[in-house]
Amino acid sequence: MAKLRQAAIYGKGGIGKSTTTQNLVAALAEAGQKVMIVGCDPKADSTRLILHSKAQTTVMHLAAEAGSVEDLELEDVLAVGYGGVKCVESGGPEPGVGCAGRGVITAINFLEEEGAYDEDLNFVFYDVLGDVVCGGFAMPIRENKAQEIYIVVSGEMMAMYAANNIAKGIVKYANSGSVRLAGLICNSRKTDREDELIEALAAKLGTQMIHFVPRDNVVQHAEIRRMTVIEYDPKAKQADEYRALARKIIDNKKFVIPTPLEMEELEDLLMEFGIMDAEDTSIIGKTAAELAAEAA
Amino acid sequence: MSVLNREEAEALIQEVLEVYPEKAKKDRAKHLMVNDKKLESAKKCITSNRKSIPGVMTQRGCAYAGAKGVVWGPFKDIIDISHGPIGCGQYSRGGRRNYYSGVAGVDSFCDMMFSSDFQEKDVVFGGDKKLAKLIDEVESLFPLSKAISVQSECPIGLIGDDIEAVSKKKAAEIGKKVVPVRCEGFRGVSQSLGHHISNDAIRDWIISARDGKLDAGGPYDVAILGDYNIGGDAWASRILLEEMGLNVVAQWSGDGTIAEIENTPKVKLNLLHCYRSMNYIARHMEEKYAIPWMEYNFFGPTKIAESLREIASHFDDTIKEGAERVIAKYQPMMQAIIDKFKPRLQGKKVMLYVGGLRPRHTVGAYEDLGMEVVGAGYEFAHNDDYDRTIKDLKDATLIYDDATGYELEEFVRQIKPDLVGSGIKEKYAFHKMGVPFRQMHSWDYSGPYHGYDGFAVFARDMDMAINNPCWTMFKAPWEKPADAPVAEAA
Repeated sequence: MAKLRQAAIYGKGGIGKSTTTQNLVAALAEAGQKVMIVGCDPKADSTRLILHSKAQTTVMHLAAEAGSVEDLELEDVLAVGYGGVKCVESGGPEPGVGCAGRGVITAINFLEEEGAYDEDLNFVFYDVLGDVVCGGFAMPIRENKAQEIYIVVSGEMMAMYAANNIAKGIVKYANSGSVRLAGLICNSRKTDREDELIEALAAKLGTQMIHFVPRDNVVQHAEIRRMTVIEYDPKAKQADEYRALARKIIDNKKFVIPTPLEMEELEDLLMEFGIMDAEDTSIIGKTAAELAAEAA
Repeated sequence: MSVLNREEAEALIQEVLEVYPEKAKKDRAKHLMVNDKKLESAKKCITSNRKSIPGVMTQRGCAYAGAKGVVWGPFKDIIDISHGPIGCGQYSRGGRRNYYSGVAGVDSFCDMMFSSDFQEKDVVFGGDKKLAKLIDEVESLFPLSKAISVQSECPIGLIGDDIEAVSKKKAAEIGKKVVPVRCEGFRGVSQSLGHHISNDAIRDWIISARDGKLDAGGPYDVAILGDYNIGGDAWASRILLEEMGLNVVAQWSGDGTIAEIENTPKVKLNLLHCYRSMNYIARHMEEKYAIPWMEYNFFGPTKIAESLREIASHFDDTIKEGAERVIAKYQPMMQAIIDKFKPRLQGKKVMLYVGGLRPRHTVGAYEDLGMEVVGAGYEFAHNDDYDRTIKDLKDATLIYDDATGYELEEFVRQIKPDLVGSGIKEKYAFHKMGVPFRQMHSWDYSGPYHGYDGFAVFARDMDMAINNPCWTMFKAPWEKPADAPVAEAA
């Protein structure tokens, strides 16, 4: 049996991490891979397309009901969905209270202690909340957890900023452990020359754009039915895109310690592709009235 | 003259600093000084209230310790909830010897420990609901408690629980004060910030409760601030004030109550014993209610007499005469104590390392017994404490701020005092070095040490420690030094 590969998916909030991850995982399952998804987001929406459910009952929710996490058994928290994909959601508090990061730490420690990763799994995917706001959300990339990180990105400026920041986080943990950047997944927003731009960003980060996932409404059609494209319409062109991504990930050998860009370097890149205008320092700190007076 | 002259003391500091790495040496050098009484302010000579260096053994506590342990704990009818995981509450319980009169679990709660016993799920989902439930349980189990305080442990500050909202809601429901205290242990550099936070919480949540409803008060109303009634200290102090004709309205916080806090704004004078932990609220009452405050010192007959006269100077002749009467009444008793113990203690040298006021306040008591303080330092003092200290100590006395375990041991090894006064963490290290020791935080299970009654106990205890025959038996009889004359053959 092949060694278990653990991968974490990061990226700016709303970029489509959960949708991409579940479609990718469905494609891997279709190809005969044994996969588990661990949702690391208090919203608990990382497994709904696989399970056809609104939101899976989470580890932390069950732990709170039972009294403590030590009172839980693995089968209480594990659900099996499309293609035999195992699903777990760490869960956490509603916004504004408690500590979601601690919820992720507790849930992942629980899965490890209970031996959730022991069996004949090929892949575990951690689907992590958009911003790595504290240590808890870096848990999946700490020692002995995910070794490969995929960043979901698009040609939008903020998505690329976020990708670069995540790369900085990876450097921190790469130097003390075995985590590596494994590639950028471009989830297209149909911006100009998007594929070239992300290729260029990937090159600067020292990694690859592992796949360009085009935009297709079938993803939304499937999502409304709480399904992945692979399951909803296996013949769709988009399903083949996810299959291609899955194949590339199975064959991926390019794991690097990233070389994050300085802010200026990133802005130069954005300017080169016309995403950002050259900075006009003469207008900084001027009010609308002042600018109007100058123009007159 | 102290045992070391200025040059020797400075050389000793340099020698002790030698072991530190460069950065630590530079930092620690600022916390060590040789006293010079001529200095106007300590600022140029010593740095205090700074972060301790990682890796050294500091003796300091945390903000929670300063809040729950020092300021709030001794108020007897307030239930203090240690809000967070169990350890902070459990290990801060019952170690301080702040006496009270009352029935434990009925109207007094100093001996008891209340904790919200945080679990993982409380951290993840927030502990507000649990706190609300705990307050309900406290109220149904201990209906005679007069108020509740919520003492924040570290996780509360990390996860941002809204204890203020819970406190307000519950206070309205149970009809008692519920006071949130944001004393998370990671805040500040020592327990000192916990004192300040607690003073502020009392200012914001309690002290104005009876504004506009208080009677004018009597002409001789005073309050005792910063006496925690260790071994009965506040009681031994209170009787002297009452004997001279004053009316003690409140004790903060030893054997104190919330009603006393609320009545304090009507006093004519606030009497401050521990300046460090309660100067904030004294200053607030001065600003808001125009109540003057003064520091006093009830250790040893010389300082007691000075303080009684100074207190009396704020009042009319009745009180001034009262002070003289009290001093005269106790004088023979004090003389008898000095006659008994001074011959046994004359010339003995003491080194002190304590908390907020004792390194300077006890100097007079030792001097009354013919003893000399040759080194003094504070765990968590600020510069205004050192300003006062340099006046109370002799020239060339060694002064150490936030001393490390290593520094204390080296200083004691080289200065060879006859007595060390410090805390439980230091006690056994010095005992093993063969140096007599008294715990000066808890009075070593003794006390009171305040007031005339306290001085009798103080003198006896110091004699007991220093002249204990055990110190002559430290060497095994078969390990006779070569040059020592051989004693009678066995």
